[in-house]
Amino acid sequence: MGSQQSAGFVQAIQLGKQVTTSEGQLVILDDINFSIAAGTSVAILGASGSGKTTLLGLLAGLDIASTGHVIINDIDLGELDEDGRALLRAGSVGFVFQNFQLLSGLTALENVMLPLELATADKPKETAKDILSRVGLAERLHHYPAQLSGGEQQRCAIARAFAARPQVLFADEPTGNLDPVTGKRIIDLLFKLNREQGTTLIMATHDEALAENCEIRLQLQAGKLVNI
Amino acid sequence: MIAFSWRMLWRDWRGGELRILAVALIIAVTAVSAVGFFIDRVDRGIQQQAAELIAAGLVVTSAKPVSSDTVDDAKALGLQTANIVQFRSVAIAGEKPQLVEVKAVSTGYPFRGEMHIADAPFSQDRVTQELPASQETWVEPRLLQMLGLEMGDQLQLGAISFTISQLLTYEPDRGGDMFSVAPRVLINHDDLAATRLIGQGALVNYRLLVEGEQVVLDQFRKQVKSRKLIDEKILGVTEARPELRVALERAQQFLGLASIISVLLAGVAVATAARRFASRHFDSAAIYRCFGATQNKIILTFSLEMLWLALIASTAGLAFGLLAQMGISQILDKLFLAHLPAPTLQPVIMAYATGFILLLGFAMPPLLALRQVPPLRVLRHDQVPVTTRGWLIYSAVFLSMGCLLYWQVDDLKMVASVMGGMLLTISILSLAAYALVRLLALLRQRVGVAWRFGLANIARRQSGSVMQIVAFGLGIMVLLLLSTVRNDLLDGWQQSLPEDAPNHFIINVQSDQVAGIQKFFLDHGVKQPVLHAMVRARLTHINGRRVSSDDYTSDRAKHMITREFNLSPASKMQVDNVIVAGSWWQASDHGKPLMSLEAKLAANLGIKLNDNVSFDINGRVRELNISNLREVDWQTFNINFFTVVPPGVLDNDPTSWVSSMYLKPEQKSLIAPLVKDFPNVTVIDVEIIMNRVRNIMDRVTQAVEFIFLFSLLAGLAVLFAAIQASQDERRYESAVLRTLGARRSILLRGLFAEFITLGALAGLLAGFAATALAWVLAEYIFHFPYQFNPLLGLAGIVTGALLVGTAGVLGTRNVLSQPPVETLRQG
Repeated sequence: MGSQQSAGFVQAIQLGKQVTTSEGQLVILDDINFSIAAGTSVAILGASGSGKTTLLGLLAGLDIASTGHVIINDIDLGELDEDGRALLRAGSVGFVFQNFQLLSGLTALENVMLPLELATADKPKETAKDILSRVGLAERLHHYPAQLSGGEQQRCAIARAFAARPQVLFADEPTGNLDPVTGKRIIDLLFKLNREQGTTLIMATHDEALAENCEIRLQLQAGKLVNI
Repeated sequence: MIAFSWRMLWRDWRGGELRILAVALIIAVTAVSAVGFFIDRVDRGIQQQAAELIAAGLVVTSAKPVSSDTVDDAKALGLQTANIVQFRSVAIAGEKPQLVEVKAVSTGYPFRGEMHIADAPFSQDRVTQELPASQETWVEPRLLQMLGLEMGDQLQLGAISFTISQLLTYEPDRGGDMFSVAPRVLINHDDLAATRLIGQGALVNYRLLVEGEQVVLDQFRKQVKSRKLIDEKILGVTEARPELRVALERAQQFLGLASIISVLLAGVAVATAARRFASRHFDSAAIYRCFGATQNKIILTFSLEMLWLALIASTAGLAFGLLAQMGISQILDKLFLAHLPAPTLQPVIMAYATGFILLLGFAMPPLLALRQVPPLRVLRHDQVPVTTRGWLIYSAVFLSMGCLLYWQVDDLKMVASVMGGMLLTISILSLAAYALVRLLALLRQRVGVAWRFGLANIARRQSGSVMQIVAFGLGIMVLLLLSTVRNDLLDGWQQSLPEDAPNHFIINVQSDQVAGIQKFFLDHGVKQPVLHAMVRARLTHINGRRVSSDDYTSDRAKHMITREFNLSPASKMQVDNVIVAGSWWQASDHGKPLMSLEAKLAANLGIKLNDNVSFDINGRVRELNISNLREVDWQTFNINFFTVVPPGVLDNDPTSWVSSMYLKPEQKSLIAPLVKDFPNVTVIDVEIIMNRVRNIMDRVTQAVEFIFLFSLLAGLAVLFAAIQASQDERRYESAVLRTLGARRSILLRGLFAEFITLGALAGLLAGFAATALAWVLAEYIFHFPYQFNPLLGLAGIVTGALLVGTAGVLGTRNVLSQPPVETLRQG
């Protein structure tokens, strides 16, 4: 676990994102401010096109803000170059995606080993096996993503996200592609691991059930934060 | 990182992502290393057998008997000596004449290496230390077959009838088949004089073999060199057989160039496969970035993965190359040397370098895009990296091809012209292929649904289709050129010769035999031949400066400067000569020290009009002034000379006479009585030389064809790479069409239509290109009218359609075997 700051582990300060289109400047996010303490679970809610995914991308350092700052663990992402942000992600950030983003050529085990191998962690195979058994995929280690059901693929993705024990985990519509029953199981798993590892969990969703499990809900509307 | 990149390699291999890349690399490395292994074997053979190739520690070689001073020097130093005299002559068995290569050897031969003889054809041969006894001869086995002789039969050589007592199966200093026009006849040196075969000015090679301790040999060499005898050339083990080295260099360039075509095509396959590999790894790269991999780490991982692939594929290519070189050695069996040493791992560096350069030049530019994949792609799939700039890709390709070519041919000028030629050919072929693909659109409305589907595919993947047509077109074009066009050209050239073009040369005629020979032909109803006098001479000075082969860089000039010239007196210029500088002499110039020189030779040796050149003629130096330069049409088979002087200049010098003449088939029987009447005269049948040249050409071409098979394989790799690149798209289309009710047979016919058309277009283009190249060769290089061969295009079309049609359908049929629902669910 990283150090916990009273000012918040993840902070957005006057955060904005604009893009230039043929019809002029398009504001996607405008003046977003919040502070999240370590270990908290956060839901970013909003309709399609409200800027959820863009905000998630900015918070995770996958995209660059047009204005304002994102601070993770006292480090201003705007002051890092792309490789600096990558190194920050390597040490402390995990991801879960709506469409799982498992690499089709790799087995479940290899997919989970990947972030450990990239971070040159010790014994990546053992760690990956352990976490896969914790998400109930002990029998599916050598299956390829195409041989797994949607729920199994997302469990594998969650195992991959938690394998490197990140301090903060970003999830983009983690139940978006799943039926309600499977979605419920995935939510339970996500929060179970979140509690076990004390991870800060930030997810973009329009699933109210999922959002209700979170301690903080950030409501976005047309790029503005309307409710915390 | 290293362990991780190995794991990535294994994972990608398992996923089938790297197979085309690996196969293309293997093909290229196999082609290059097969040539490398073969050239290395010949090269090492020449080195190892250098001592054998001159059969002694040192050899003094001359067109005249080796001077007594030189022989005395050797004896004074306590060195052993032996004599060899070699020349071409006509042997007669019964009434049958046969051109042979006579070699008279004295006791001691060979000091190094061994002679092998056999008692009868096909029986086991054995090593011998003996020489033929008096009036006995040992002959090459093929002579028995040519003349229908048996062991113990008689063979007339000049004034002596020899008994064939043994078959000569190996002589150390013979070299490969390339250097022997006629079968060998070995006799004892003591019998030579009695044959009376050697007249004044005859074309004979005398060799003094010298053997002893190296220190003494070095001393002898110094002494001989210090006398600066212009006629005598001394060769040690290292300078042995320069003609073999030149031939090897040529072979290396030819085969090397042939293998480079395979490398280029394999490169196209590598580039295509690498582009697909890169685009299929955009997601992986984005995930890596997401998990914290830096740009450098990503590119390093993929680079290492490629490095391991190059290492493994090059090793496999090297192993296949080792097998493939056996093919070349088989085809060029004994052309260079009688025995080739076993292959070594010498070409390893070249093989690995080919693999690495190929991958670096053709695969890395598309892979560099992986570095640029934005991590945001994990959230927004429409985020693609900025693709690597075209100029970077093409420069890398151009540079790597240049490097490989330079390595193969070791000649910058040749690299530049080959690269230029390749670029031009590929551009023209690409434009033509593009036009053909566009023309297909006209056909689409007139064919059934399956064909429309196939033709639409070609049109839709326009750039890929053009690339495949060009790749196959190149391969088929070269094969057509080598197989059909080569014979067309040879036949065309032979047909272009007048009916009565000389087909026999008569050489070594003595002055007192000229009238007799003219009378002989007149008596037998043959047009009286014109005989030309010639005197053998060596060039010693140009404008007072002593010349040596060290003054020249070109092999041709080096060769010309050391050989003997035949100076021929003539009052009139030959009809097939044209003056390009200066003027021909007048009758009043009789006996004046003037010379007419062939223009190309003059240019090679740097001799200009009005220069003074000195020749050593039988020990006397004569200075002559260049009064004109001539161009000569050598293809007429008329007797022509590089060096001509006015009549009266060489009157007192040892002269021999030569002539060329046309003998009808029924008049060939005159050769035997002619040689019986004039034993020292040698008659050379042009047909025999032509057959020999054809035979060597056939073998060299077969070897080149063999190497070009790899270019066809590389062409297939291009096809499969292109198929693989379109596989996802094809699978999806096929699934959609099947859900719309298309039967499997219709889809299969569509695939056939697509690939047969692609192959036929490539073949058509190849046919046209081969015809155009053949026409250029005939018109501008060989100067004779080219007979167009309409079958060439047809041969191209059939070859292309069959080859590409079959391979294409084989490569894509699995698209049809997958259930459509599976494909559609995957999206």
